[in-house]
Amino acid sequence: MDTDRDTLIDLYLRMVRIRTFEEQAGKLQEAGKVPGALHLYVGEEAVASGVMSHLSNEDQITSTHRGHGHLVAKGGDFKKMFAELYGRETGYCRGKGGSMHISDLDLGMLGANGIVGAGPPIAIGAAFSNKYRKTRNVTCCFFGDGASNEGTFHEAANMAALYRLPVVFVCENNGFGEFTRQERHQAIQDIADRASGYGMPGVVVDGMDVMAVYEAAGEAIERARRGEGPTLLECKTYRFFDHVGVRGMGVVYRDDSEVIEWRKRDPLVLFEARLLEMNTASAGELQQLRERVLFEVEEAIAFAEASPFPADSALLEDVYTVTGG
Amino acid sequence: MTSTESSPKRELAYVQAINEGLTQLMRADPDIFLAGEDVALYGGVFGTSRGLLAEFGSDRVVDTPIAESGLLGLGLGAAATGLRPIIEIMFMDFMGVCMDEIVNQVAKMKYMFGGKAVLPLTIQTMSGGGTGMAAQHSQSLEAWFCHVPGLKVVMPSGPYEAKGLLVSAVRDDNPVIVANVKTILAHRAHVPEELYAIPLGKAHIVRPGSNFTIVATGRMVSESLTAADQLAAEGIDVEIVDPRTLQPLDIETIVTSVRKTHRALIAHEAVRFGGIGAEIAAQVQEEVFDYLDAPVGRVGAPFAPVPFSPPLEKLYVPNAGRIVAEVRRMLGR
Ligand SMILES: Cc1ncc(C[n+]2csc(CCOP(=O)(O)OP(=O)(O)O)c2C)c(N)n1
Repeated sequence: MDTDRDTLIDLYLRMVRIRTFEEQAGKLQEAGKVPGALHLYVGEEAVASGVMSHLSNEDQITSTHRGHGHLVAKGGDFKKMFAELYGRETGYCRGKGGSMHISDLDLGMLGANGIVGAGPPIAIGAAFSNKYRKTRNVTCCFFGDGASNEGTFHEAANMAALYRLPVVFVCENNGFGEFTRQERHQAIQDIADRASGYGMPGVVVDGMDVMAVYEAAGEAIERARRGEGPTLLECKTYRFFDHVGVRGMGVVYRDDSEVIEWRKRDPLVLFEARLLEMNTASAGELQQLRERVLFEVEEAIAFAEASPFPADSALLEDVYTVTGG
Repeated sequence: MTSTESSPKRELAYVQAINEGLTQLMRADPDIFLAGEDVALYGGVFGTSRGLLAEFGSDRVVDTPIAESGLLGLGLGAAATGLRPIIEIMFMDFMGVCMDEIVNQVAKMKYMFGGKAVLPLTIQTMSGGGTGMAAQHSQSLEAWFCHVPGLKVVMPSGPYEAKGLLVSAVRDDNPVIVANVKTILAHRAHVPEELYAIPLGKAHIVRPGSNFTIVATGRMVSESLTAADQLAAEGIDVEIVDPRTLQPLDIETIVTSVRKTHRALIAHEAVRFGGIGAEIAAQVQEEVFDYLDAPVGRVGAPFAPVPFSPPLEKLYVPNAGRIVAEVRRMLGR
């Protein structure tokens, strides 16, 4: 496929932004600066990037507990994101949500979510609304292999196909639901197989190859925009870090050798090699780009650290909307 | 076990007490099995079931998919057909996912079937905030379940209670929800080695006192002890009552205390509005109105979801300081 240079660089940039954000966030947590639990997206960047480059701010996504990457790829503001992780007033959620609830409704990012499987029903609601309002907008629902076992996914998949809703179910199959390997939590290998049970196409794609994700997502999203209904897009990927936090090696539920094997297929390294091979950019240009992103991240961290915590009065605010207010 | 562990003063952490309770229960009764997310190979995300898979095997210690409705239903169906399941719902917040199973199925089957069903089912979970885990991993929802006839609810306040109440919950022939408290899992206290049971529906006087009753649940028991020490210096001699079981509630022990002290405050971590404290306050006023020198006080969380931001969360979760302040307010000091 001929993809223009801008698109290729855009895909690379999205991945670099996620990787850099996540690595720095992990360091901050290890340094004790960021409280709570961080579920980091390192290793899975190609999925969010390949999908999101097809979406505008009017297209929505639903996310998961592992949501930073989704928001970064959707165009999230580093400053507001770090401020949220730090629990500051200037954060995306005024510091009230933190990592697991980070969101930007203006960008159509309907929230990271602490409840596994909460995304699919919300996604079909947004897709229903898109259809109802006669927009051409699409909702992409990110969820894990683990989440594909929740009843909520199955109910939403059925309704999406029944109503031909403009939604794409993007399954990020990283091989584990928390600490349980896929073969120990479901009797199938390809979650995409579940699509046929609901009457929608199911597609399996290499989730470490951003171009493959980009192309497959493009088709599914176009199909949804044309009013032809949902698709289940399964991206085979791997999380390099632990379920929570940064330690990826030396954990009890998987062998280091497996991590090492998957790291050889690091989506950033693979794509970088491809960009160089195609002469899309020089090594120096890519290096510059990475440095610029790191600088932005460092600026954002400084912004977050200089930001105030919410005032005590914020505790009881935002529980209800003042009707008509 | 080492010799220090078998001494009469042997101490265990709350998490170890649960682990020991589970182990001994399963040794004693082959009909007991444990099912939940990451309970087997990983030993539970809080470590409560560490070592169980190795001892009892994968038929009795079962890792399940992330599917709380299915998991709860599995427990119900197994209980209805002669087994004695322990179902773990990792965080109490996730009980929202399987509410129908709990409220419409588990709680009602016995009554709807004219008394025929016997459901020896234990649902164990983790409640509580203060961990920076935000609104969907921090709730104390025990009052929801106390409101549903057919369910029993216990809330262990320390290691001794964690083991003893678990044993009674599992051996009870009814569905029992065990709402453990995640922020006190490292608290240590004396835990007898043998398999002992703390009777359900029986409150415990944690600290005897003469002129003020604090009824405290879960983590608020240890917070109340701290508060009581502070208040003692001001001449207030606090009696602390831990109901241990919230449904059925031992109101007798509570009102006996209030008859003596004439003042009562209820402290829990859950949202104050509609919390178990409201029920206890109502019953105290019904039973011993004439003995009361002041309206019954309540300490609980404010009416908002649990916030992430550390200073807000600190403001949110009740503690000893809030209890002391409320006692002083009630005494007009
Ligand atoms: C309803 C619910 N059950 C359990 C959990 C605990 N939990 C958090 S993440 C997770 C694993 C999710 O696995 P998957 O959907 O594959 O996503 P991944 O973590 O691999 O990105 C679990 C079990 C939860 N947050 N919500």
